[in-house]
Amino acid sequence: MKFVDEFRAPELIAKAGEEIRRLADPNRHYRIMEVCGGHTHAIYRFGLKDLLPSNVELIHGPGCPVCVLPMGRIDDGLSLATQPDFIFAAFGDMMRVPGTHGSPLEYKARGMDVRIVYSPADALKLARSNTGKHVMFFAIGFETTAPSTALTLVRAKAEGLRNFSVFCNHVTIIPAIRAILDSPDMRLDGFVGPGHVSTVIGCRPYDWIAKDEGKPVVVSGFEPLDILQSIVMLLQQLRKGEAKVENQYKRVVPWEGNRAALRAMAEVFELRPYFEWRGLGFISQSALKIRASYAEWDSEQRFSVPGVRVTDPKAAQCGEVLKGVLKPAQCKLFGRECTPEQPVGALMVSSEGSCAAYYNYEHRKPVTIASAAAN
Amino acid sequence: MCLAIPGKIIELDAQNAQLAVVDVVGVRRKVDLGLLQDEPPIVGDWVLIHVGFAMSKISEADAVDQMQTLTMLGEAEAAMQEVRGYGLENETLDQPGQRWRQ
Repeated sequence: MKFVDEFRAPELIAKAGEEIRRLADPNRHYRIMEVCGGHTHAIYRFGLKDLLPSNVELIHGPGCPVCVLPMGRIDDGLSLATQPDFIFAAFGDMMRVPGTHGSPLEYKARGMDVRIVYSPADALKLARSNTGKHVMFFAIGFETTAPSTALTLVRAKAEGLRNFSVFCNHVTIIPAIRAILDSPDMRLDGFVGPGHVSTVIGCRPYDWIAKDEGKPVVVSGFEPLDILQSIVMLLQQLRKGEAKVENQYKRVVPWEGNRAALRAMAEVFELRPYFEWRGLGFISQSALKIRASYAEWDSEQRFSVPGVRVTDPKAAQCGEVLKGVLKPAQCKLFGRECTPEQPVGALMVSSEGSCAAYYNYEHRKPVTIASAAAN
Repeated sequence: MCLAIPGKIIELDAQNAQLAVVDVVGVRRKVDLGLLQDEPPIVGDWVLIHVGFAMSKISEADAVDQMQTLTMLGEAEAAMQEVRGYGLENETLDQPGQRWRQ
């Protein structure tokens, strides 16, 4: 019962659990995907699964940017950074992600100038203070981080700062959802929509999931109660045979998103014709590239990139886990060859990856609020 | 990266209108306001921060909730590490301040 005191309103959490059990038709099996890695983390951390009846199943989606980045992109980025007088800057999340010849941290140990930054703006500052070197920011993330990279590039261009570039791996969430819905081995009943991505893109981009695919979407916050309430809202729609987009996270997510952020992205980025996602393969128009008007600040346009393609280790079943076809523990490597300390696949690296979340919270089986509330 | 960090605007930068000092649980750092140019925050406003950029304005109550969520997720320490990491050239503005109620 270690987490009980940390929760706000445990009685409301227990009530939401009861409401879910009341709404769920016992003759039906519900498969609900939470798209965002932050939600996956929260679901495991809070043991929310223990509050759900066995016929309401949560499927973990592709919304962990570190996890979906194919190894070839890491190799490409690191190979550029072997040039002399080069600084490789990236978020801390990237540092332990394995490339073919090691992670950025291992390259650093071998003498490469690798820096952790917490903001793309800080990578730009590195460039200002290291005029004799080239600073490459290895950018990852969905629409939560892409606008910040965009604005940083606008600033770099305005300043005429020539020793800075971005190796852009930004991806967009909607095409990934489409790829999952198009996947023949996938059957889903509804989506818990990402919270902070939606502060940028708003709720409209999910309309087609409701209208064309007939599946409800509820944009959700990250507290245990938020997630449970979102599941209640999804089940209410499913019970009435409805499919619409609802916003459970109104206190933070405006329906129209953040227009200034969308403008910054439109100024700097255009859609790539296609981009490879780890586990999901090539998805058309699913990632952002830097426009020709910013070519000078685009590592890929400025330097020659090897364009490495690396197939995932055969035994690792990251793809099946990413698509929700397999649970983390069903992968042959889980907890043996692949652990958070020695990750083989990226799902084990990030705290937002479903394998790491499963390993840390489920595999080690702490007592959670949910299991306490369920009893 | 999915999770935003709440902070309070303490001071707008006199030289650069796009920058402001925010306070996150007693730690003060400069963040970029460029993505809120349609509704520029003023001193005393609360914002959600992603990778050094304020992304949305929120209420004080929601800011408290968000910090609580980060704490519950075991991410509060990582979030504070991120905030401390912002601004390589900034002078350290750490204040003893209040520690967040765990």
